[in-house]
Amino acid sequence: MTKHPVNLKVNGDEHDLLIEPRKTLLAVLRDTIGLTGTKEGCSTGDCGACTVIVDGKAVTSCMVLGVTASGKEITTIEGLASGGELHPIQQAFIDTGGYQCGFCTPGFIMASKALVDENPNRTEEEFRFALGGNICRCTGYTKILEAVLQAAEEIRTNS
Amino acid sequence: MKNFEFFEPTTLPEASRLFAQEHAQLLAGGTDLVIGMKANTETPQTVISLQKIPGLDGISTDANNNVTIGAMTKVREVELSEDIQKYHTALAEGALEIGSIQIRNLATIGGNIAHASPAADTVAGLLVADAQVDIASADGGHTVPINELFTGPGQTVLKQGEIITQFRLPNPASGSHYIKHKIREVMDLAFIGVASAVNLENGAITDAKIGLAAVAPTPIRATEAENLLKGKEITPELIEQVGEAAAAATSPISDLRCSAEHRREMVNVLTKRTLQRALDRANK
Ligand SMILES: Cc1cc2nc3c(=O)[nH]c(=O)nc-3n(C[C@@H](O)[C@@H](O)[C@H](O)COP(=O)(O)OP(=O)(O)OC[C@H]3O[C@@H](n4cnc5c(N)ncnc54)[C@H](O)[C@@H]3O)c2cc1C
Ligand code: FES
Ligand code: FES
Repeated sequence: MTKHPVNLKVNGDEHDLLIEPRKTLLAVLRDTIGLTGTKEGCSTGDCGACTVIVDGKAVTSCMVLGVTASGKEITTIEGLASGGELHPIQQAFIDTGGYQCGFCTPGFIMASKALVDENPNRTEEEFRFALGGNICRCTGYTKILEAVLQAAEEIRTNS
Repeated sequence: MKNFEFFEPTTLPEASRLFAQEHAQLLAGGTDLVIGMKANTETPQTVISLQKIPGLDGISTDANNNVTIGAMTKVREVELSEDIQKYHTALAEGALEIGSIQIRNLATIGGNIAHASPAADTVAGLLVADAQVDIASADGGHTVPINELFTGPGQTVLKQGEIITQFRLPNPASGSHYIKHKIREVMDLAFIGVASAVNLENGAITDAKIGLAAVAPTPIRATEAENLLKGKEITPELIEQVGEAAAAATSPISDLRCSAEHRREMVNVLTKRTLQRALDRANK
């Protein structure tokens, strides 16, 4: 089968690659580019562990064909910290203890980032509903929600 | 996932021509297709992306409040569109019910309809909006009313090579409402989906539509129930009769998730509930 040339802009870095069309964006990020922060949980769209941001929108990368992401701006968990400083959402997850094994954390943080970028004024109930596509088997969600609310407040006061 | 040849045409005629081949499948947002390909329930030899064809997405409203929705419009855009929230509330509510935000940022309304799941959450809203489905093919194109699109579970009148380009919603409702009957608050499939839409003039109903999903081999309109309402003043007795007539229009199945009896009874309950809410909205 024909491999396709793609240009992926991941966390500001350009990658010119030749990939099989059957490779998901998740597989390209992890196996071809070597960014293993994005996780594969269910591979069916149900867990949100593979969430990345493509052109400003949170998507489950396990069902995106890598070839269709060519030319788009992709942000993964590795792209959030800048200049040695964690993103407020990353810091909030540490402060509140919003993780245990950490497997769901990159997906939660990327989904939360897209939500607060879109509208940091959501209520607790609204954040809870909007994060319904992310599953955590460890924490029971209370600390995760605390982290997101703390980060949203910080982003509100700093903007 | 099995290997396949991949094409990204930039025009509709080219896409139709490629899609007319055997074992070819269209890629819109990929939320059904790619998941199906991973599970080997879909094994196309050729995949044709619609993503590079200009003009297939977006929502527009004309001077008479007729809304047009491009087939490639993301479900999340449908849910957030002010015009759809206003004129076709049931459709916006249905879109909001699909999966998660991450799924709705990928999933298109065209794919939700073309995939023809009896439980698709945009279908009841499109049924009560009397949506006209515009279809392109190599030899031109044609239009099919949404209630004639489906022929069975996963089956439509669409032929190999035919591509849905847009949905035209000609009749803004004065009020409408959709309820998805489910267990989990998010990320659950509908046991059943019910939408009601009404138009009122001087307190009397000039038009009423009831759309039902996952209660028959295809999504259906409950026309006998609708006819009970036309030209009438609303009374509690009438609403009871309409609920019963809607339930009588169904031919649900029993499956792992719930029984046929439960589905039929819930059509009765949810028809009354969506109708009342649609009327409340129309009276505001
Ligand atoms: C985790 C998860 C949860 C979900 N939850 C729900 C839910 O709660 N409710 C619900 O209704 N759905 C749900 N879905 C399914 C929903 O995402 C899809 O039905 C979606 O809307 C399909 O659109 P797509 O753009 O992703 O289509 P694709 O997967 O790209 O295509 C699906 C099929 O439609 C055909 N097709 C696509 N566009 C066209 C067109 N323009 N013309 C002709 N044929 C076309 C393709 O040939 C393909 O066979 C869920 C999916 C996932 C993965
Ligand atoms: S791995 Fe993509 S949603 Fe679970
Ligand atoms: S911290 Fe372990 S799955 Fe969420």
